[in-house]
Amino acid sequence: MIGSAFGVLFDGFAYGMLLFVLSVGLSVTLGMMNFINLAHCSFAMLGGFVTVSLTNGLGWPFLASLPVAFASAALVSVAFERVLYRRLYGASELDQCLLTIGIVFVSVAVAAYIFGTIQQPLNLPAYLRGSVSIFGHSFGIYRLFLIGVSIVITAVLVAALEYTRFGAQVRAAVDNQRMARGLGIDVDRVFAVTFALGSGLAGLGGALAIEIAGLDHAFAFTYLIYVLIVVSVGGLGSIGGSFLAASLLGISDMAGKYYFPELGAFLIYFVMVALLMWRPLGLFGKR
Amino acid sequence: MASSTLSEPQRHLEAQIRWRPLEIAFWLATLLPFVLTPNHLALASQIAITALFALSLDLILGYAGIISLGHAAYFGFGSYTAGLIAKWGWGEPLTGLLIAAAAAGALGYVTSFIIARFRHLALIMITLGLGLLLAEAANSAGWLTGGADGLQGVRMWKLLGLFQFDLYGTAAYTYSLVVLFLGFLLARRLINSPFGLALRGIRENAVRMPAIGAPSPAHIRKVYTIAAVMAGIAGALLAQTTETVSLDTLSFQRSADVLVILILGGAGRLYGGIVGAIIYMVARDQFSGINPQYWYFWIGTLLIAVVLFLPNGILGGMARLVRLERRPA
Amino acid sequence: MARGVELALPQGERYALIGPNGAGKTTLINLITGMIKPDQGQIFLGDTDITALRPEARVKCGLVRTFQINTLFPRLSALEAVTLAVCERRGYAGNWWRELPAYGDAVEEAYAILVSLRLAASCYRPTRELAYGQQRLLEIALALATRPRVLLLDEPAAGVPQGESAELFSVISDLSRDITVLFIEHDMNVVFRFARRVIVMAAGRILLEGTPEEIAADARVREVYLGGAHRG
Repeated sequence: MIGSAFGVLFDGFAYGMLLFVLSVGLSVTLGMMNFINLAHCSFAMLGGFVTVSLTNGLGWPFLASLPVAFASAALVSVAFERVLYRRLYGASELDQCLLTIGIVFVSVAVAAYIFGTIQQPLNLPAYLRGSVSIFGHSFGIYRLFLIGVSIVITAVLVAALEYTRFGAQVRAAVDNQRMARGLGIDVDRVFAVTFALGSGLAGLGGALAIEIAGLDHAFAFTYLIYVLIVVSVGGLGSIGGSFLAASLLGISDMAGKYYFPELGAFLIYFVMVALLMWRPLGLFGKR
Repeated sequence: MASSTLSEPQRHLEAQIRWRPLEIAFWLATLLPFVLTPNHLALASQIAITALFALSLDLILGYAGIISLGHAAYFGFGSYTAGLIAKWGWGEPLTGLLIAAAAAGALGYVTSFIIARFRHLALIMITLGLGLLLAEAANSAGWLTGGADGLQGVRMWKLLGLFQFDLYGTAAYTYSLVVLFLGFLLARRLINSPFGLALRGIRENAVRMPAIGAPSPAHIRKVYTIAAVMAGIAGALLAQTTETVSLDTLSFQRSADVLVILILGGAGRLYGGIVGAIIYMVARDQFSGINPQYWYFWIGTLLIAVVLFLPNGILGGMARLVRLERRPA
Repeated sequence: MARGVELALPQGERYALIGPNGAGKTTLINLITGMIKPDQGQIFLGDTDITALRPEARVKCGLVRTFQINTLFPRLSALEAVTLAVCERRGYAGNWWRELPAYGDAVEEAYAILVSLRLAASCYRPTRELAYGQQRLLEIALALATRPRVLLLDEPAAGVPQGESAELFSVISDLSRDITVLFIEHDMNVVFRFARRVIVMAAGRILLEGTPEEIAADARVREVYLGGAHRG
């Protein structure tokens, strides 16, 4: 860790970008269908374990494993959506919470069974290790990579939303589902595709997280809380909100750990509760 | 109340809340462990405590419709209060229980003002956040709570000056069972009162309540405080009967566990928490040798199955069976 | 959206509020009852300024509404639902020590309301098992249980087949003259039969007010409806 306020900002922002990639899918799908998918981080965990298996087990290069992590999480999420989630779109919030918590429990148990309970090691390629010096400050290369990837993803998402027909359909469905259906938009298909993309991004986030946050069998649980904080503080259905909330959370968490280590996670939870009380719908939420 | 002086609608309402023979049989059956399983009274005591905790959650979740992912906060707060009082020299159980109840109630009352203002995801997140906050605070305040090692030096005096809490659990189970029963009577009274009806109204349609002049926030604050008191009492019982308090009494794990227990038994049916507690705790005791991972695999699967196939829990499923059987008649 | 609405309802009158879809009729009711806040303006009930009051407080003052889409308590029986409304009014709903049947006066009053609306036979069944028309009547029963001074009915016969709506409106017309009633309605026959005065809204404003005959004859009203059909 770089010992300066700027360093904390940089590291915090990088961490925030990771949280953004992990959370953005959940924010959009929650905003669209109001389906509370607490198993979102199970898909992230899946992506992480896919990467670990490919790189450690099969010797794949790290970068090549990333698209596979994305794709496998997306595919598995499609299966879940078809078989389980679809039945509960109209169900109560409690039922949705319970079903998806059940899935988290199962996924954590399965992960422990297959991979054990240790932290998964990862061999980063040499060009992603170490740090580089710019203007006298030292920047971790992996963190730069992480920020770069996240910004590219953000740009692609925003561009797709603004300039493609599918993006317009997504925006309409998030804004007013009933009216979107009335306009002839196949909301169910839009949702299924968005859900797959969002879960895929979570899988990618899980793969990217290994180096920074570590990966173990309990990842689906541990990071669920952070993701929920980002989503509820940022506002449902808002990419910009998720970006801002994730950045805020990442930086506060780093700052808290660096400057007030005795407080632990206290600061994060306190900020979340306070922010939610001020803006219950999130910073950019509509509903 | 003599039936002859009641009108027809009153009689109908009264018939709905009358004590059923099955209920009386159930409460008599809770005495069986003294005779049938005298070596497992410590476990029976744990079940009674968990049942009381689940009952307190039922008041806010099953009857008022408030989803809380942080209810263990009041359980743990009551637990630590009771433990600390004993540690600091006052080991009398009953007064310690009352003080812990008051403390948990005060915490519940204060937080109820926040809880009553929010709904949906914001409410779920806030209950989660408040629970995590308290758990973190307890973790950090190791000088007070003993941190990860738990509270040491909790020594209880004899209950009513006669009965010592020991490894056999006789005094513990008697104590827990009596407190559970009293708590149950209170919950039953509450549910069958006009206030209970108002809570069910909030659960059934929160939008309609203001339109009939109901002050929903005030109702929610009241039931939330009562539920906090009850959870605090359960926590205090745990501290007193086991003479120890650990951080997991405040943990998210415990909040999630009690939620699972209540849903398993069936929320909004008064007995759901008790039934769920019995099944869960007995199963956990039976499978305690197993790797904890396997345990959570089965709990997760069970939860999924309950949501998909048994949405009103075990009691709900049984009620449906009974209704199906009655139909031909 | 409602703009520049100035409205005065004398006591005991029967008003109909009409206008094309999207004219702002339900919005107006939401504003009056406090479910949404106005950007500007004041609302008076009698001599009391109720602009700052929460919806439940306005109900206590006697300002009550029903909903266009049934907003009922699915698993409560009709008897329980109306008893709840009565208990709220009488201040019993905070009492958790005595059991519900002990409050005989509240239960009797609820039952009497259900009898007057011809719902007594099925009042022990859960609301979700009632027929649609019965549920619409229950909407009104809940409102009556609060002893309103001003009653706002949002399309009381919405979705009810022609034959049954007559019964519903006969109930409404039998309501005491102490209550001021405003109902939103699309069926002009009903408006003619039951309303003494009619208010027409369009595009968020009040277009005009008058007797049913005056409204029917007014060219602007026809324009508003016909214009709406062209646009739709």
